[in-house]
Amino acid sequence: MAAASVVRSGAVTLSYGAVRALDTVSLDIPAGRMVGLIGPDGVGKSSLLALISGARAMQQGELQVLGGDMRSTMHRQAVCPRIAYMPQGLGKNLYQTLSVFENVDFFGRLFGLDRAEREARITDLLTATGLERFRDRPAGKLSGGMKQKLGLCCALIHDPDLLILDEPTTGVDPLSRRQFWDLIDRIRAGRPGMSVIVATAYMEEAAGFDWLVAMNAGQVLATGTPAELRQQTGAADLDAAFIALLPEADRMGHRRVEIPPLDHVASDYAIEAEGLTMRFGDFTAVDDVSFQIPRGEIFGFLGSNGCGKTTTMKMLTGLLSASEGHARLFGQEVKPQDIAIRRRVGYMSQAFSLYGELTVAQNLDLHARLFKLDEARITPRIREMAERFDLTDVMGVRPDALPLGIRQRLSLAVAMIHAPDILILDEPTSGVDPVARDAFWQILAELSRKDGVTIFVSTHFMNEAMLCDRISLMHAGRVLVSDQPQAIVEAHGAATLEDAFIDYLEAAIGETDAAAEAPAPTGPKQNRGAPSRRIFDPRRMFSYAMRETMELRRDPIRGTLAILGSLILMLVIGLGINMDVEDLSFAVLDHDDSKISQDYVNQLSGSRYFIEQSPLLDYAEMDRRMREGRLDLALEIPPHFGRDLLRGKDVEIGAWIDGANPTRAETVQGYVQGMHAYWLTERAREEYGDAAVAGDFSLQLRYRYNPDIKSLVAMVPAVIPLLLMLIPAMLSTLSVVREKELGSITNLYVTPVTRLEFLLGKQLPYTAIATLNFFLITAVAIFIFKVPFTGSFLVYVLSGILYVSAATALGLVVSAFMKSQLAAVFATAMGTLLPAVQFSGLIDPVSSLQGLGAVISRIYPTTYFMTIARGAFSKGLGFADLAASIWPLVLTIPVLLAIATALMRKQEK
Amino acid sequence: MDLVNILNLGIKEIRGLLRDPIMMFLVVFSFTVQIYTSATAVIETLNRAPISVVDEDDSPVSNRIIQAFQPPYFTPPVLITQGEMDRRMDEGRDTFALDIPPGFQRDLLAGKVPEIQLNVDATRMAQAFSGSGYVQQIVAAEVNEFLNHYRSSEPPSADLVLRARYNPTLNGGWFQAIMGISDSVTLLALVLAGAALIREREHGTIEHLLVMPVTPLEIMVSKIWSMSLVVLVGTAFSLVVMCEWLLGIPVNGSLALFLLGTALHLFATASLGIFLATVAGSMPQFGILMILVLLPLQVLSGAQTPRESMPQLVQDIMLFAPNTHYVILSQSVLFRGAGLDVIWPQMIWLAGIGAALFSISLHYFRRFLK
Repeated sequence: MAAASVVRSGAVTLSYGAVRALDTVSLDIPAGRMVGLIGPDGVGKSSLLALISGARAMQQGELQVLGGDMRSTMHRQAVCPRIAYMPQGLGKNLYQTLSVFENVDFFGRLFGLDRAEREARITDLLTATGLERFRDRPAGKLSGGMKQKLGLCCALIHDPDLLILDEPTTGVDPLSRRQFWDLIDRIRAGRPGMSVIVATAYMEEAAGFDWLVAMNAGQVLATGTPAELRQQTGAADLDAAFIALLPEADRMGHRRVEIPPLDHVASDYAIEAEGLTMRFGDFTAVDDVSFQIPRGEIFGFLGSNGCGKTTTMKMLTGLLSASEGHARLFGQEVKPQDIAIRRRVGYMSQAFSLYGELTVAQNLDLHARLFKLDEARITPRIREMAERFDLTDVMGVRPDALPLGIRQRLSLAVAMIHAPDILILDEPTSGVDPVARDAFWQILAELSRKDGVTIFVSTHFMNEAMLCDRISLMHAGRVLVSDQPQAIVEAHGAATLEDAFIDYLEAAIGETDAAAEAPAPTGPKQNRGAPSRRIFDPRRMFSYAMRETMELRRDPIRGTLAILGSLILMLVIGLGINMDVEDLSFAVLDHDDSKISQDYVNQLSGSRYFIEQSPLLDYAEMDRRMREGRLDLALEIPPHFGRDLLRGKDVEIGAWIDGANPTRAETVQGYVQGMHAYWLTERAREEYGDAAVAGDFSLQLRYRYNPDIKSLVAMVPAVIPLLLMLIPAMLSTLSVVREKELGSITNLYVTPVTRLEFLLGKQLPYTAIATLNFFLITAVAIFIFKVPFTGSFLVYVLSGILYVSAATALGLVVSAFMKSQLAAVFATAMGTLLPAVQFSGLIDPVSSLQGLGAVISRIYPTTYFMTIARGAFSKGLGFADLAASIWPLVLTIPVLLAIATALMRKQEK
Repeated sequence: MDLVNILNLGIKEIRGLLRDPIMMFLVVFSFTVQIYTSATAVIETLNRAPISVVDEDDSPVSNRIIQAFQPPYFTPPVLITQGEMDRRMDEGRDTFALDIPPGFQRDLLAGKVPEIQLNVDATRMAQAFSGSGYVQQIVAAEVNEFLNHYRSSEPPSADLVLRARYNPTLNGGWFQAIMGISDSVTLLALVLAGAALIREREHGTIEHLLVMPVTPLEIMVSKIWSMSLVVLVGTAFSLVVMCEWLLGIPVNGSLALFLLGTALHLFATASLGIFLATVAGSMPQFGILMILVLLPLQVLSGAQTPRESMPQLVQDIMLFAPNTHYVILSQSVLFRGAGLDVIWPQMIWLAGIGAALFSISLHYFRRFLK
């Protein structure tokens, strides 16, 4: 097998929209070797690895992995358990809230390992990687190096034949990096047949690999062993070899960075740190850090992600105030409130952090203004910066559209806009290609040597550290040593700075890597694969369901929405939906003030709908009080009302209603008219007897189901279906879209879990929570809003469970169309509420709908549960009466799940 | 606090918003389409109400009655038997079922005052209420006409002359449009201010700002004024162009006074948006929080259903929500033409709530930056 190839590609091409990520890549990667893909960010390394792992769908060309065609679903299914893939980004495919053990265990279940085997293998792997001590720590709280080791454990749990690692050591400290590669070596020693393909941006690492593929701009530049590549280009090291391999145009203007030595060391210090300490709770991020940086020096800060570099820089800039110790710039204490000192400092933070929505010119302008440059100086200064940093051609462009190298220059230009004496740069070159990186350092050299700017820069590239005048090595919040880089190397008798750093790290930790002595993980006893080939494996489904539950429990905002969301909304709507209009305020302008007029008014004030206010004296008062919104109704009784009425003369009572809220006004109108008519009838009855008021026929009104016509009784059973659709659907949509956004969806692509198992695993916990919600809001309806329940509770409960299952299944369907969680929240809210409110019988009965509305109402599950909820609550119905609405619900669930499964992808497009 | 910084940062916010197509769509949509549809697509309480008739008489008069029920108020009546009636009502297929007894016409002519039964599904509140009135009127009119019996109807001895003030035709669209504006104002203030903060955090630009000579207070104030200004301009546009010109809704009160009240409300809600953003931390979490906060605010503010109908406790609690006062204020000013002499209590409430929310937000914002 060793001589055969593990991957063979023919003219593979991959485009994202207009961008061509891979351009006719033809490769033959030998099996059983440690193969490196080298090249800067964005040249197509990750895309190629994603294709090889099967995570991304093929577009053009041919790709054979482990002896079969990756375009064939059959083959992908067959080889998937033999491939392990660790995507780029620290812990990208891990679940941050799950513990170390839970993460590995989840992958073990997906690959169909039984309990005993999982336990044994996980312990084995965790011991080998030195993670056993952190078994119960959440993945999100691990350091970068530990996250990567955990990722490796997850990848190795099923003992793959092909291990694919995408930049596994980017951002990891050198000791962890070395440990990581040692671990890989030991694993390979234990399993000689295993092929490993690694993408890396560190040339030092790649120098130790068996075979390399150099890539640039979607194309392969060269392949061969590291020695062959160096020979081919006649370069001394891989960095130089790579630059030599680049096409002429990309190399243009490149020259090696040359920094003239600092001719004299200034006597005053630009930056001083004295016992700087920063604690977050019981965690000490920076521990007693001291250094002094003379003016004009380039001072490097070397260390891994999370070692305290950024925190130290933030204390120097006053972004954070130190727990202990002092930071001084030019002898002045740094205080967070002290704005003045900031004018002397330029800061460039780790990630690119300028406004993508502003153009290059606008960004420069904004910063110039914030730093209070004189209005007259702004334009020339911006022009000066643009020329110096070669930005003149892109002034009108938005930074988002620019390559990383130019964006870094822009960041530097922004940091320099106010001509600061100190520049603080936090990993300014991570992800930038070697040519642009060298150009960047050349600018730094000029700033330091020509302009006398003091530069404080952090990096995790050793070759950049070598360019600094002095460096500090930092680890776990402490400075291990500060000196000239060459002196550090020599003092330790080490070959390279990296070796020296590792020596310091080991000395600091006070132990050699405990894991190094641990035995390499052994392979599993027997070769599995049989159980994981099954079309439907409940274990994999439950694996997802369990994980989802654990994640939800550890996310307070989503958890609150899940458990209490429906309940809160139920209470709010129940309290707010009340249309019963009572306690209306009215006042009378009584010009008559007779017994009859008083009788008329008393009838109103005696009813439960109206409350009489102090009488009105004139029209002006009426206007004023109505304008103030203090009267819903004003009555005017004309002079001689009583006398005229008795004499049979026509009289007119004037009534003014506050029409601001028309619905309310209509109700008031109805009440007043009704009472007026009743008063007249009563008077007629008194005067002429019953016969005078009898009609031709009588109409007997029977208000069924809700004889008192109460809003709550009518509305609450109709609101329940609405809420049980909204939040459960939103949660199940989010559960899938979250994975898409965070990147852990990759685990669906590259593990044997099937789409149906994945979806059901997602649906199960949310259906359970929705069922709980269903009981809660039913209880609120019955016990708090006192809506009588008259029908069959059993039928209601069974239908409710069916309905929430349909709601969560609908959410899964929606998730297929969504990419971001924010869009998912609003689209689900809109998409479920609109049909539920308009077309499900909440307001207009389904039978009065026409056209599209009628069609939607017939297929939308809320329609059926609305009938069931009303029937069971108010109409006293049981199974026989409601069967016609239950069966459609039963049918909806498998149909929706089938649609969701069909829309879901097992590969990224 | 440096006013020039606040101005410059605010201009940056507005530039950023103008370049954000989704947010701009939301702003434009909320103040145009949203207002237009809520004003014109008023749900008539009686629209194709389903009715069925059990005609046990099958006489000319019963046929007359059946013929009288027509769209748009009613669906054409379905003729059913007495046995079917319960089942159809149980299934929610009919809101009204009219039962005309045997011998109805005979008894009518004989002056025996026969009785018609009208069954109403009272779980459909709105239809049941207004619909039964219509049914009664229609039946009475048909019977009257059939009898062709024009009794010298005694002139009503007392007439009630009803006039609705501020909205004489009780056009529901007016109310919906104005309340639609107040809903849009609240939604946008929350979303724009909150999203502006989260966007900076997700892009890492907030730290960048803080190393410059800028204070958290300035950052927060700049976001509040700029986003509020955008919403305020939208509000004025919506009120003048959409409501007055396009929809022909008369605005009674002073526009300036209303905008002043809106500015106070924006101060409060934008502060709330920033507070929510500091709690949520990420956009998706913010989206979820929005739903849990916005719905209660809007449903209980009095814009949907009258505040007076809510339980006293809810009314009291909602006194601390800016929406409540804003809804009262906008109804008073825009419909009743009330002046400052009437709405000053609302102004004070809004300013107080705004100040409280602002201080809480500032506190959390400072902590959020740590």
